[in-house]
Amino acid sequence: MKPRLRIERRLEVPSWMNWSIPAGAVGVALAAGAVLLSLLGVSPLAAYKAMIQGSLGDAWGISETIVKAIPLTLAGLAVGLAFTMVVWNIGAEGQIVMGALAAVAVVRYAFVDNSLVMFSLMFLMACLAGGLWAGFAGFLKARWNVNETITTLMMNYIAILLADYFIYGPWRDPSSLGFPMTTPFPEAARLPVLGGTRVHVGIFLAVGLAILFRVLYRWTKWGFELRVIGNNPNAARYAGINDLKNVVLAMFLSGAVAGIAGMTEVAGLQGRLQPGFSGGYGFTAIIVAWLARLNPMATILVSFLLGVLLVGGDTLQVVMRLPLASVQVLQGLILFCVLGAEFFRNYRIVFIERGE
Amino acid sequence: MESGKQQPLVQMLGITKSFASVKANRGINFDVFPGEVHTLLGENGAGKSTLMNILNGLYQPDAGSIRIKGAECRFSSPREAIAAGIGMVHQHFMLVPVLTVWENLVMGLPGLKAVLPKREVIRKIGELSDRYGLDVEPEAQVWQLSVGEQQRVEILKMLYRNAEVLVLDEPTSVLTPQEVRRLFDTIRQMTAEGHGVVFISHKLDEVMEISDRITILRSGEVVETLPGPMATREMLAEKMVGRKIVFAVDKAVLNPGDTVLEAEGICALNDRGLPAIRNLSLSIRQGEILGIAGIAGNGQKELCEALVGLRPIQFGRVLLRGKDMTGRKPMDFLRAGVSYIPADRKGTGLVGAMNLRENFALKNFWRKPYAKGPFLSWESIAGETGRIVERFGVSAPGLGIPVRNLSGGNQQRLMLGRELSGTPDLIVAMQPTWGLDVGATEFVRDQLLRQRERGAAILLVSEDLEEVLALSDRLAVIHKGEIMGLVEDPRSASEEELGLMMAGIRRETAIEGEKGR
Repeated sequence: MKPRLRIERRLEVPSWMNWSIPAGAVGVALAAGAVLLSLLGVSPLAAYKAMIQGSLGDAWGISETIVKAIPLTLAGLAVGLAFTMVVWNIGAEGQIVMGALAAVAVVRYAFVDNSLVMFSLMFLMACLAGGLWAGFAGFLKARWNVNETITTLMMNYIAILLADYFIYGPWRDPSSLGFPMTTPFPEAARLPVLGGTRVHVGIFLAVGLAILFRVLYRWTKWGFELRVIGNNPNAARYAGINDLKNVVLAMFLSGAVAGIAGMTEVAGLQGRLQPGFSGGYGFTAIIVAWLARLNPMATILVSFLLGVLLVGGDTLQVVMRLPLASVQVLQGLILFCVLGAEFFRNYRIVFIERGE
Repeated sequence: MESGKQQPLVQMLGITKSFASVKANRGINFDVFPGEVHTLLGENGAGKSTLMNILNGLYQPDAGSIRIKGAECRFSSPREAIAAGIGMVHQHFMLVPVLTVWENLVMGLPGLKAVLPKREVIRKIGELSDRYGLDVEPEAQVWQLSVGEQQRVEILKMLYRNAEVLVLDEPTSVLTPQEVRRLFDTIRQMTAEGHGVVFISHKLDEVMEISDRITILRSGEVVETLPGPMATREMLAEKMVGRKIVFAVDKAVLNPGDTVLEAEGICALNDRGLPAIRNLSLSIRQGEILGIAGIAGNGQKELCEALVGLRPIQFGRVLLRGKDMTGRKPMDFLRAGVSYIPADRKGTGLVGAMNLRENFALKNFWRKPYAKGPFLSWESIAGETGRIVERFGVSAPGLGIPVRNLSGGNQQRLMLGRELSGTPDLIVAMQPTWGLDVGATEFVRDQLLRQRERGAAILLVSEDLEEVLALSDRLAVIHKGEIMGLVEDPRSASEEELGLMMAGIRRETAIEGEKGR
């Protein structure tokens, strides 16, 4: 008797697998991370404990976690929208930067001191900037079938370098003693914060948009069109859905939401633009969207968990003196495991015994 | 063939094979003797292909054994099967289009020299061609050949590899009646030379003509193995389906009404940008079924798509109830009451990952009462989906399950229900019964006839000649994107004549008749 393995496609995915498989994958990633931490000479248990304490242990830790979760949620929703129709917008980072740049431009050139008018202007311009940045890639795809993965990726660098130009050049704060940063925002342009924390009102935008997206996908004609296009573009055309027009529209909206993330970061948190201000939220958003299986509500939860990882990672750096890279490796491990675990949702492994 | 003392070329004993929870083969015994045609008859999903893929080494059985000339064998690949003398000609040919015939023949042979022995190969091809009536030009590139010729190349490929048993999987589905006759001559020649042939089909007339023995499969089990000459059509059908089947189609006599669809000299390209429809004209009236017969790949799909707005029309016009629809969007055709049943239901007609409700919404989400402003009313969508499921007998565990988990027949019922539920003016149906079992086929035909009685204009495209002949009020034969002839009374048409038109020979009388109008 010789047991053999066989891989079979699952006909039906039991509903419990929808959460247990990603959870299991995170577990495996943490176990692999433990090996890594041991190799770095750190007790994994102590390290994970420090991470939890740093991010969830007290009010300050939790508020910091939320601060990170806000842009992650927004950017996660943004890329999730594009991914829903199988358009690979990996340019959220650049769209965040464009949104932030637009916000700074509004502060510089729109001479209003009414906060509400200021916020509305910043919001609109950030949406427009991020939306056009992504919509352009969408247009190229719809019109000439240009690969959006490449264009959105490349446009990240254009956006980042464009921001650098303004930060080092015309928009540099003259009183910054030569440091590359723009002039601080006036009080009227700063988003209000909650209590004594750094949590700004962007949290309401993030949660509100998540709910809006949920309604969009589930209850609207347009959301249905997007889902059909993503699942089967042939069927979409057959059903009279204009897939090309929708690619441009969805990319615009996706970029607009990422632009909002950029605007809330500068106006809510940092109050000025500095090089590398986003810190890769636009890329982490890809992980968020996948972990959340493109579900808007789950995006909030996953963003919070990744916030834990980010804040906990900061703690690790401080308390355990670990390099930033090790935290990023941990993040990478999680994505790797979760995407790999998709295999077990779609297939199962059967042991067969065969008589010789 | 009576061959009590002869040794079988192939003997399959107690073959069992499961896929997930589906038992595709259960304890099947099957054998082939030298010089006989042993037919495997059964509906789609009866287990024919699984059994033959096991014989061909593509699948490994869960239980059971295979004996080749008495010796137990186990194949883990088609290469091993052909080495043991088992050659399979698949429904979809396994040829490289840009290579020549002789190159395709030697490709993949073990022990090939760096310089191919072209002259020797061509000589051997010539020998085999003469012996079995398999005419083909060895130096032609495969893409230049007709489907019938390509099939000959596939058979030659197997004979070249000294196959003693040939498995032909639905070989006639792509052929004109004349080509079928030629194939049968080749098969007879092969059996005369002592080869064994396994013939897979569900076309009863052909099966009765060519078979020495017939084994009928149903749901993975052998129903019966009987000598070919003893079989009757009714008996085979009954055993295949498990109940009595009535062949005659009950069609009411109707007087067609106003013209619904008119195509005037339309031209369209295929996906590769080559002309697929050339200067084609047709018209369909209310309460009329216009059948389009033809061999697969002669522009049927492009014609259907051009008529429902999914494919741009280069020249010519499409009129719906006298209104010029040329160049309009697919949505405009939908709004004008055009239903389209595409042949490719999984790839086009349905979204596999979406559930039954969502697949109903696919073609209806834009209209009341399923849409309210920008929002969807899942309540009314679910209500109508439930009614369709009931009326069209879709068997599904629930409205919320993905349609890819439904069987082909149930998917077709759901799609048909959706397309016919909105009382369409024009129905373009392409291969609506393809891949369905006899029961589901009857149902689909019946539904089309009911729509006809209701006053819909129907364009029925099918490669099943029997089907178009039975259902159509008028019949056009398509070849390379052109109409070869129009038959005003399909029941009086001779198969001979239709076969000639399918092969590209114009029916002059019909053409003149058209001009005279």
